Amino acid sequence: MKYMLLIHAAADQQSSCTVEDWTTYEKEMRDAGVLVSGHSLADLVTATTVQVGPDGRRTVTDGPFAETREVLGGYNVIDVPDLDAALEWAAKCPGSRDGGAVVVRPIAEFDF
Amino acid sequence: MNVEQVFREEHGRLLATLVKRFGDLDLAEEVTSEAIEAALRHWPVDGVPDRPGAWLLTTARRKAVDRLRRDRVYAARLALLQVEFSRADAPAGESLPDERLELFFTCAHPALAEEDRGALVLRCLAGFTTPEVARAYLVPVPTMQQRIVRAKKKIKQARIPFRVPDPHELPERLPGVLQALYSIFTEGYAAQRDDLADEAVRLARILRNLLPDREVTGLLALMLLVHARRDARPALLEDQDRSLWDRDMIAEGSALAERALTGGYGPYGVQAAINALHDEAPDFAGTDWPQIVALYDVLAGLTPSPVVALNRAAAVAMRDGAAAGLALLDALADEPKLRDYHPYRAARADLLHRLGRDAEAAQAYREAIALAGTDTEQDFLRRRLAAVEGRS
Repeated sequence: MKYMLLIHAAADQQSSCTVEDWTTYEKEMRDAGVLVSGHSLADLVTATTVQVGPDGRRTVTDGPFAETREVLGGYNVIDVPDLDAALEWAAKCPGSRDGGAVVVRPIAEFDF
Repeated sequence: MNVEQVFREEHGRLLATLVKRFGDLDLAEEVTSEAIEAALRHWPVDGVPDRPGAWLLTTARRKAVDRLRRDRVYAARLALLQVEFSRADAPAGESLPDERLELFFTCAHPALAEEDRGALVLRCLAGFTTPEVARAYLVPVPTMQQRIVRAKKKIKQARIPFRVPDPHELPERLPGVLQALYSIFTEGYAAQRDDLADEAVRLARILRNLLPDREVTGLLALMLLVHARRDARPALLEDQDRSLWDRDMIAEGSALAERALTGGYGPYGVQAAINALHDEAPDFAGTDWPQIVALYDVLAGLTPSPVVALNRAAAVAMRDGAAAGLALLDALADEPKLRDYHPYRAARADLLHRLGRDAEAAQAYREAIALAGTDTEQDFLRRRLAAVEGRS
């Protein structure tokens, strides 16, 4: 079963995690054979939003900017047997500390 | 045992076994109900079988296999499952597996909303119907229906596992299960529903048989020591007719409380000990108040909360006098958690009354009545108010 770990950093707090913490975490996931994909996102000031209206016209706007306390900073998709295993990996993620939070979302599966 | 008792006892066990085999709570629930319906048709005619549990399990499994055969989505899994069935078929006389501990941990999983955990436990382990669960939590049936459907959807789609946590996970996971059982008990207690409180006690006994942990013992002890005073309610502890207390239950609860506090302690064990001191006291004044205050200090260290501070203040009022207790209560006036908590207002009112400040006491009772949730609580507070105003 695949889960996406959405890694939110606290906007108002400096993370104490080092680059090594993140590389160790990623290596651990690879070694365990659970990592499907994952990326860090560039700073939020680089974000751009696109919306297409009912008339087909598109609107492009700068942002969004941090309006909430937490900002999505990256994600991992992992493949593990159940939610407990996914929560274990979320708790190991450096992004879950220092006021950050990791949101665990199952990837939807469709039976055709 | 009558038929209804058999079903109450077997429902959770049957459901747990079926969830384990099929990994699907909805399917397990459906065939559990169908097996029980079949029993209601056959047993009055053919008599109750020697092993009612085995009869129900066989019937439910047959129905589940029929259903899986009809359902194409499940068809692929069927071959595999049938191999498991033949292996799992216990020879006659051997006891059936008990997988209810897994079910306790699934129903009270931290990924589920806290308010839904007790409801799921009642539904899955106590065999309550959705309207019965709704009545237990005093919410409309459609609301409870939605909550249960939502929780079951999460179990299925997020794949909350059906497993007992490893020993190192227990400190994180067990409190959720204990809290779910205790919420059932306190709902029953607040609404003066002895059947619901009895059910919580029964579930705590089952849990303790499956997991003889210190805090499970403490929780069972706490329930018994509070439930022992059920016939003397709704009077306050100080006014209760102690001859109505259930002495056997107190003896059992006290023995369990002692065991829960041997070689260590947790919050439920400490609360049990506090209630044991109340239950064993000859009268209210003769209660061991210094010991109770000391236990509240321990409890505040384990689980600091404004409610614990409130109860400690009431005990201090008995040890050192009403003025000392009132000073502690007034120091808690700005606690957001206590602002709308009617027992806080009522406790203040009681102490003001004891200090002869009846006008202020009456005002505090009125505030408590406005905040009280149930009719029983309001009626009780109105009588206290009438007494303070000299109307009774």
